Amino acid sequence: MRAALFLTCMNDTLFPDVGIATVQVLERLGHEVEFPETQTCCGQLHLNSGYQDAAVDLARRFVRVFADSDVVVAPSASCVATVREFYPYLAEQFGDQELAEQIDVLAPRVLELTEFLVGRLGVTDVGAYFPHTVTYHPTCHSLRGLHVGEAPHSLLRAVRGLDFVELPGATECCGFGGTFAIKNAETSSAILDSKLENILATGADVVTAVDRSCLTQIGGGLSRRGSEVRTAHIAEILAATE
Amino acid sequence: MTTRELILSRVRAGLSDVPTADPGDVVVQRGYLRALDVDVVERFVERISEYKTTVRRVSHSDVSQAIAEQLSLRGLRRIAVPADLPDEWRPTHTDFVTGAVDAPALDQVDGALTGCALAIAETGTIVLDGGRCQGGRALSLVPDYHLCIVGERQIVGTVPEAMALIAPTIRRMLRPVTFVSGPSATSDIELSRVEGVHGPRTLDVLVLSEV
Amino acid sequence: MKPGFPQGAHAALRNPQLRRNLALATATIRGKRAAVTGERPDWEELRVAGASIKRRVLRHLDHYLLEFESSVQRVGGTVHWARDAQEANEVIVALVRRTGAHEVVKVKSLTADEIGLNVALAEAGIQPIETDLAELICQLAGEKPSHILVPAIHKNRHEIRDLFRRELGVPDLTDEPAELAGAARTYLREKFLTASVGISGANFGIAETGSVCVVESEGNGRFCTTLPQTLITILGIEKLLPTLEDLEVFLQLLPRSSTGERMNPYTSLWTGVAPGDGPQEFHVVLLDNGRTNVLADEVGRQTLQCIRCSACLNVCPVYERTGGHAYGSVYPGPIGAILTPQLVGTAEAGSLPFASSLCGACAEVCPVKIDIPQVLVHLRGRAVRERRSGPIERAAMAVAARTLKSPWRFRWARRIARLVQTPFVRAGKIERLPGGLSEWTSTRDLPSMPADSFRAWWKSR
Repeated sequence: MRAALFLTCMNDTLFPDVGIATVQVLERLGHEVEFPETQTCCGQLHLNSGYQDAAVDLARRFVRVFADSDVVVAPSASCVATVREFYPYLAEQFGDQELAEQIDVLAPRVLELTEFLVGRLGVTDVGAYFPHTVTYHPTCHSLRGLHVGEAPHSLLRAVRGLDFVELPGATECCGFGGTFAIKNAETSSAILDSKLENILATGADVVTAVDRSCLTQIGGGLSRRGSEVRTAHIAEILAATE
Repeated sequence: MTTRELILSRVRAGLSDVPTADPGDVVVQRGYLRALDVDVVERFVERISEYKTTVRRVSHSDVSQAIAEQLSLRGLRRIAVPADLPDEWRPTHTDFVTGAVDAPALDQVDGALTGCALAIAETGTIVLDGGRCQGGRALSLVPDYHLCIVGERQIVGTVPEAMALIAPTIRRMLRPVTFVSGPSATSDIELSRVEGVHGPRTLDVLVLSEV
Repeated sequence: MKPGFPQGAHAALRNPQLRRNLALATATIRGKRAAVTGERPDWEELRVAGASIKRRVLRHLDHYLLEFESSVQRVGGTVHWARDAQEANEVIVALVRRTGAHEVVKVKSLTADEIGLNVALAEAGIQPIETDLAELICQLAGEKPSHILVPAIHKNRHEIRDLFRRELGVPDLTDEPAELAGAARTYLREKFLTASVGISGANFGIAETGSVCVVESEGNGRFCTTLPQTLITILGIEKLLPTLEDLEVFLQLLPRSSTGERMNPYTSLWTGVAPGDGPQEFHVVLLDNGRTNVLADEVGRQTLQCIRCSACLNVCPVYERTGGHAYGSVYPGPIGAILTPQLVGTAEAGSLPFASSLCGACAEVCPVKIDIPQVLVHLRGRAVRERRSGPIERAAMAVAARTLKSPWRFRWARRIARLVQTPFVRAGKIERLPGGLSEWTSTRDLPSMPADSFRAWWKSR
């Protein structure tokens, strides 16, 4: 299958390894990956901050960039949720019938990585090796927006050498929420504190998730506490081999 | 323009996107449960007991005795009852105050004894509609104790079943209806569930079989 | 825009007693709610029915308001209309004055709180007696309620004991909850037995029959709506249901979602005036006070489906830590964050839609399926359009937009950022950022930007 990679602006800027790992996993499974180089951002930042004029422009851009892709895979549930859940809303708000129609066609083809692997390809064992104790934080967008369900769990459980530990209070938010983390930093940090306590209680070496945004919140807190616990996007774990 | 006209015009202006005046444009799917697949009497007893309500199942012939026992257990003597309370429900040696309706008088009795309109098994609820053997609303409200007689045949499974039975009473007779599910309660102090603030602090129920 | 939520949250976040109370309370109710909704295989069907009934009412609200009015009149009640809080208060004060009463007993009503009824009554020389235990506590303490369902959740038993000792004249009171409740009972019983006027809100009004429904636990609702000669009920215009059959859905949704019980202790459903039983004079005051504004926004309209269960408060990670006062409104938590700005405008409440991480836990538990995160995002758009954000933020977002719309600007921005970050990087991480971004680094580190980009890697293959 030929998959177009939507890297996301966050990974494009700060976390190239997530993109690299995603490509490696898909290629290892025998699929061809293309990377439309004019891509930038899905518009989530502007949408969630209330700057809808910019958001709809970025939505229009996204739809143009990926118009010819059979399937678009992104290592980010929040970006995919923006496309599938909020692009129709934006088209409606701006009375953009053409955009609405384009979204109708494209949105079902935009998938988060674990959705794609398990749901579309039917694969749970990607031939990975990652000899560490790992706990998994289900991000709000993947859990309640995309309903990825057990897909990430089943992928992690198939990784050789990986010792999986359940996270207490897993379904509680990490407190990131995009600009919420800045505008309501105190509350964001209070929510993060609970998540960190739960992560540290697992004794895991690594905490993983399908969104690098949450991992930046979590990793930032762990680092500030001087903890040895690392964060790794699930793509990086799935790409790891002997 | 009156306020009434103002509000209605605001409402209509706000709904300019709604293309039709027919409320049926929104379909209400009623896929929820309408009946229980269990013994409703057993389920009722089980559920209402969870609200710290004492429940006893008695046969018709034993009802007078059971009422006397329950009142004696609670140490209660003066009991307010509706005027149409049947004689079989009036054991001797109890001081029944019949047909009291005003609150101050009801505040002077030890408890109230009534029947009910029906009961709901799934939620452990007694439904009062001021009909047979129930008296007015104040009767089951003001006294600190309520003993309610529920006939087995009066118990239905679910809230929808109860509503189907009570709705005609409301439509035709405009009766005020009260749903009672246990004694008065509050969780307002550190979420500590405290039984009894204003309504009857003790609720006892006798479930009457036909035989 | 008023500073609002972040400032309100600050005090609460630093109050360990409050945070402990909230954490315990919300966790307890969450557990109970999960149990009683989980045991219903048809819970989702109930939600679907509830949402569609409410949607039907809202889309045809004029029709149902007229039907309700006509029904109430037919069964012996009087209907009054109030465009705003001031008018509602005037109507209610006039009704009470007509009876000559100087004291009224009140059942908890968020709607009454919303219009500031107690203040209006007091100003008119009429003493309102709160009869819900928690509302009594708040009234005696001179504080606003902090939770829809458990308004005194911010007070522990010692605080309540001291308050009652002082205000109810019971010097030897202990802090046992049963004793505290008993003290309130004694004080209020005397009020119930002598009151000639009762004021209530209501959970539902039934258009078909003119019936009004009050869902409660303590019994004070029954007292206020049964014993006084005159009953005045204030009802938001959105609180209608079409038929009695529709009520059966909500009698199942509400108790399980709010107190986590299969059924609350007392639900009263009265239809006008019943000769010889209860109030002989019954008035309904239908209140707009901004609801027609909410109705007019196609996306915001769903907010009016709310049945005030507070399930959203109890699962909200923000509310759990900040409590209700931080929202500065009668309606706190997730529902408050979308209702209040729509009722009072973004100038007053523009910070509230941002008081959320958009986690979506609220939407999962809402019994009438309000898509709260969607409305939050929608209202953020409104706040920005109405120029509630500061100039620095607007400028930054404009720069970001220009950058993200152009691939080459985006690539150059990355290169520039890599240079600009240098003075802030220590040992591969950033512990301090300037300006507004210092809010992040106050409690969290940031990784430094890596040297190589994905695009460089991709090109090199």
